[in-house]
Amino acid sequence: MLSKGLKRKREEEEEKEEGLSVDSWWLDQSHPAVSQTPPAAASSSLFDLSVLKLHHSLRQSEPDLRHLVLVVNTLRRIQASMEPATALPPVPTPPTAPSVADSLLASSDAGLSASMASLLEDLNHIEDLNQVPEPQADEGPPGRSVGGVPANLGALDLLGPATGCLLDDGLEGLFEDIDTSMYDSELWVPASEGLKPGPENGLAKEQTPELDEAELDYLMDVLVGTQALERPPGPGR
Amino acid sequence: MAGAGGGGCPAGGNDFQWCFSQVKGAVDEDVAEADIISTVEFNYSGDLLATGDKGGRVVIFQREQENKGRAHSRGEYNVYSTFQSHEPEFDYLKSLEIEEKINKIRWLPQQNAAHFLLSTNDKTIKLWKISERDKRAEGYNLKDEDGRLRDPFRITALRVPILKPMDLMVEASPRRIFANAHTYHINSISVNSDHETYLSADDLRINLWHLEITDRSFNIVDIKPANMEELTEVITAAEFHPHQCNVLVYSSSKGTIRLCDMRSSALCDRHAKFFEEPEDPSSRSFFSEIISSISDVKFSHNGRYMMTRDYLSVKVWDLNMEGRPVETHQVHEYLRSKLCSLYENDCIFDKFECCWNGSDSAIMTGSYNNFFRMFDRNTRRDVTLEASRENSKPRASLKPRKVCTGGKRKKDEISVDSLDFNKKILHTAWHPMESIIAVAATNNLYIFQDKIN
Repeated sequence: MLSKGLKRKREEEEEKEEGLSVDSWWLDQSHPAVSQTPPAAASSSLFDLSVLKLHHSLRQSEPDLRHLVLVVNTLRRIQASMEPATALPPVPTPPTAPSVADSLLASSDAGLSASMASLLEDLNHIEDLNQVPEPQADEGPPGRSVGGVPANLGALDLLGPATGCLLDDGLEGLFEDIDTSMYDSELWVPASEGLKPGPENGLAKEQTPELDEAELDYLMDVLVGTQALERPPGPGR
Repeated sequence: MAGAGGGGCPAGGNDFQWCFSQVKGAVDEDVAEADIISTVEFNYSGDLLATGDKGGRVVIFQREQENKGRAHSRGEYNVYSTFQSHEPEFDYLKSLEIEEKINKIRWLPQQNAAHFLLSTNDKTIKLWKISERDKRAEGYNLKDEDGRLRDPFRITALRVPILKPMDLMVEASPRRIFANAHTYHINSISVNSDHETYLSADDLRINLWHLEITDRSFNIVDIKPANMEELTEVITAAEFHPHQCNVLVYSSSKGTIRLCDMRSSALCDRHAKFFEEPEDPSSRSFFSEIISSISDVKFSHNGRYMMTRDYLSVKVWDLNMEGRPVETHQVHEYLRSKLCSLYENDCIFDKFECCWNGSDSAIMTGSYNNFFRMFDRNTRRDVTLEASRENSKPRASLKPRKVCTGGKRKKDEISVDSLDFNKKILHTAWHPMESIIAVAATNNLYIFQDKIN
């Protein structure tokens, strides 16, 4: 059942607006919350702490959903604030991530930057695992996704059932109702019959026959053209 | 301030003078996990006070009839009935243990000599009947006093059984079991003003039940996203309006409240009203969402307001104004600078409840260090009190406590860093008509009464 209350749209708009302001407020030294602790160290250690909490929460046989959602949302915020304000080039080289991290973090602790980069890399793996049908070649160099991480990375993929890094195997039943959208996804569709009904599949189904028809038409044209060339002129023609 | 009957207050707006009345529970320093009180609730008349604990037990206290000879004596609450409501269960399909902890108790309005209450754990709601037996029949024809059946052929005379008094026995029996309707953890139950239906809410759904029917419930709110990976918000509490049987509210982990009207459609996915206070940009932090998460929502008795509890404050909302609350009361603002530590030790996720007094003129909620706070809505005064064994002399007045937030600590003040975050008062209840409050401090139940009335 799609949850389409008004709140969701508003939330997206808020997030867009917030996305810009969140990036700036925590850098503003005059901000009361920021001036209390050094922002760089705070966000990094908070990030680690949040990831730990997430690990711990997910390891429960039946995680407290409220706790999980709140930790994930907080992790998103922290992660968003750790991203650079300017967009990164699509495939930054590995040193870029740590150096970006360095510029964000006041400390030049290489170990800290490295661990942060590796954590981000872990999150990348999870995102890539969720797009399993595509080959592993899609997985860019570590740190690629620092700039490419979408705002909704955190929860989406950390909760995905296919994750191997943060989640154990036996967590398919994390949420009792099986999320069949994975199986209904367009990416899984072989371009013919045997499709499960579903909104995405509905679309795929409609598109596929049209393609086939177009292809058929083209093939026919080619064949007719070829035959026309090949057929020797004869009396009946 | 609040006299009997829940009506108007005496003129002059006297402050409450809270005094210790009773404390229930073990004195040991070592608290058994099972004894931790998880819910407290007065019944409609206030004569019965129910507590539920982590061990799945329900203990009901009954107020003794006041001794008419002593004008100022107040009825004490004594144990009336104790029973095991829920047992730990094992879900074999999911290999999960289901906790027996009682999350909520809600009384039904009394309709006959027996008392009924609903108690719930994470998955199952039960309707319990608590009835008294103080007579028993003697002189049956077909069976002996032992209960052994008599041979009918040996009966030569008939007699009419007579009722004889016996020691009062209070029996609790489960009358209905409402199971298998919740995938997620139940956080709320609320009896409708029609006295026939009730709602149960878990993290993502709210179901409507009829008290007589256990094999069917209607889903009225469902916020589960099509793709669970998109989940960003859960339901944290829900309640029916005290008078309008078609109206309910539910709160979320994002600090919003939705009011739904069941008349508009069968599935209340679209809210009739949406309450949210805009975020204060100057106090924004990484923890803004967590501290805005609402842990409890309660309608006022008159049905015109509702109160929400988030981590640092209690807010009173006018149901006709969605944009912001009409009152905001700070519970422990001194914790705002400690949010990071409280996040680290998970205290920031603690769910505090709140309650109204009978006349809706005052509200109460708990805090740490066994402190609890009361706010007088009329005089705008607030007080911090402590539930502790040290202040447990009979009828001893409670001394207001103060937390020192910085600078020089005055005598009798306690500094923020000295607060015991393991001593949390999450559950409190206020007598529906009189100035009597029940405060659950871990495994102890404190009862305080107002001296002035």
